[in-house]
Amino acid sequence: MTTTWVKSDRQKEREKLLRAQGRRSVSVATISTVVVAGLVVFGLLASPGWPRVRETFFSWDALVTSLPDILRGFLLNVVIFLIAEPVILLLGLGVALLRGLRSPVFFPLRALAAIYTDVFRGIPVVLLVYLAGFGVPALQLQGVPSDPVVLGTIGLILSYTSFVAEVFRSGIDSIHPSQKAAARSLGLSHGQTMRYVVVPQAVRRVVPPLLNDFASLQKDSALVAFLGPLEALRQAQIHAADMFNYTPYVTAALLFVALTVPMARFTDHLAARAARQRGGAS
Amino acid sequence: MTLLTIDGVWKRYGDHEVLKGVDLTVDTHEVVCLIGASGSGKSTLLRCVNLLETVDDGAILLDDVDITDVRADADDVRKRIGIVFQAYNLFPHMTVLDNITLAPRKVHGVGRVQAEDQARELLARFGLESKARDYPDQLSGGQQQRVAIIRAIATQPRLLLLDEVTSALDPTLVNEVLGVIRELKQSGMTMILATHEMGFARDIADTVCFLADGVLLERGHPDQIFGAPKHPRTREFLSRT
Ligand SMILES: Nc1ncnc2c1ncn2[C@@H]1O[C@H](COP(=O)(O)OP(=O)(O)OP(=O)(O)O)[C@@H](O)[C@H]1O
Ligand SMILES: [Mg+2]
Repeated sequence: MTTTWVKSDRQKEREKLLRAQGRRSVSVATISTVVVAGLVVFGLLASPGWPRVRETFFSWDALVTSLPDILRGFLLNVVIFLIAEPVILLLGLGVALLRGLRSPVFFPLRALAAIYTDVFRGIPVVLLVYLAGFGVPALQLQGVPSDPVVLGTIGLILSYTSFVAEVFRSGIDSIHPSQKAAARSLGLSHGQTMRYVVVPQAVRRVVPPLLNDFASLQKDSALVAFLGPLEALRQAQIHAADMFNYTPYVTAALLFVALTVPMARFTDHLAARAARQRGGAS
Repeated sequence: MTLLTIDGVWKRYGDHEVLKGVDLTVDTHEVVCLIGASGSGKSTLLRCVNLLETVDDGAILLDDVDITDVRADADDVRKRIGIVFQAYNLFPHMTVLDNITLAPRKVHGVGRVQAEDQARELLARFGLESKARDYPDQLSGGQQQRVAIIRAIATQPRLLLLDEVTSALDPTLVNEVLGVIRELKQSGMTMILATHEMGFARDIADTVCFLADGVLLERGHPDQIFGAPKHPRTREFLSRT
């Protein structure tokens, strides 16, 4: 009996075939991509209106002129996003946990949380931004912020928290009840059970749908434009009106995409790492 | 000395009566095996003792204190009773070591270093020292179940409940888990176990209880129950297994 493994001829042959198969699939994928992309480009270029479309939407000059302002505006979008997102995550989780409380003492809180998610998920985001931006200052209360960026961000937070709360709640509900029973039987309280056992598992499960909401929040940060601040969309509007050209909008869109794509890759990477750590399964 | 007294316990799910006035006492260091057909109420009885279910009538006393009293603190009772279920026990997002040390650290206030030392000692005792940093997915079924038992005893409970801890396992893995239970008996742990392993029950139990349709029909020394069952239904059940 041999103790060190020597690759058999059969295995070598098998691996050779596998490599050949791999090469073949790569070339098939390349060829079909080139063909499809070629057809799309050809279809565009051959369409009668293309020269006009290129001039109004993809003008290099317009892009170069508008880019600095739009980029500056875009930084404001990033700031809004970076501030709103953690707040939304915390509040959303809080609302989801409130809805999970079973004790009758907490009935009012639970009811409030349910009403909040029901109502605020139903109101269009842009309306909430308007309400926060124009409605709140109209109340003329003392000590309430009047900066439209702050108010717009609050509108976004109000809307997105209701969605994120539901995502968290479904994640919490998806954890098998025996996990809760196992934790309670070790003597952990309800709070400890949620904190150490249920929520950590729920959060891992809801990362993909949360990312979906993040991407959506990133672009909805542009809605703050309606309150006047000079963020990316507002800057694009100004330039577009100046030049009678839509390219600034495309520029803004490219910036938003440039932020979403790396974030999606990053989350995939996190999920893959977590899966590897846990031995690949589930 | 009596550790646990189950006194006339009833449990209903809707109209379905699952436990119909069960009486049972368990002494310190005693090992009690619950046997009976599927659906006879073994798991339900264990879940009642652990207060995972509320009883509909009767009382359960631990150390002469009524734990089914509505004013009793369930978390406090559970600190003194360990339970291991059939399957799906371990927390999949934690390592073996974290699974074991969670309750000692968070419920009993033991420091991390001390809790981990104790956990490693237990793991070594049951031949799992190399698995401390693994996640549950990376263990075999038998290893997972042994970790679940270790986790339950890491808080030094007064009483350990085991609900068919081997029934989800491959027959070859059953023995390693039964070995752990044997070792626990030697160390003096008081246990109630629901089991379908008759040979094992006969071997390890001080007392065997036969449950049928929520009634404790017969209890006695394993030699008597398995050798000369008194009740006709016990005889019938044993002849089928
Ligand atoms: N949560 C529940 N709701 C309704 N009925 C239940 C519930 N849990 C158990 N039952 C019923 O109670 C009865 C006893 O169940 P139990 O799990 O205690 O049986 P068991 O003796 O442990 O059986 P097995 O050997 O198959 O594990 C069964 O008829 C079951 O259908
Ligand atoms: Mg059962």
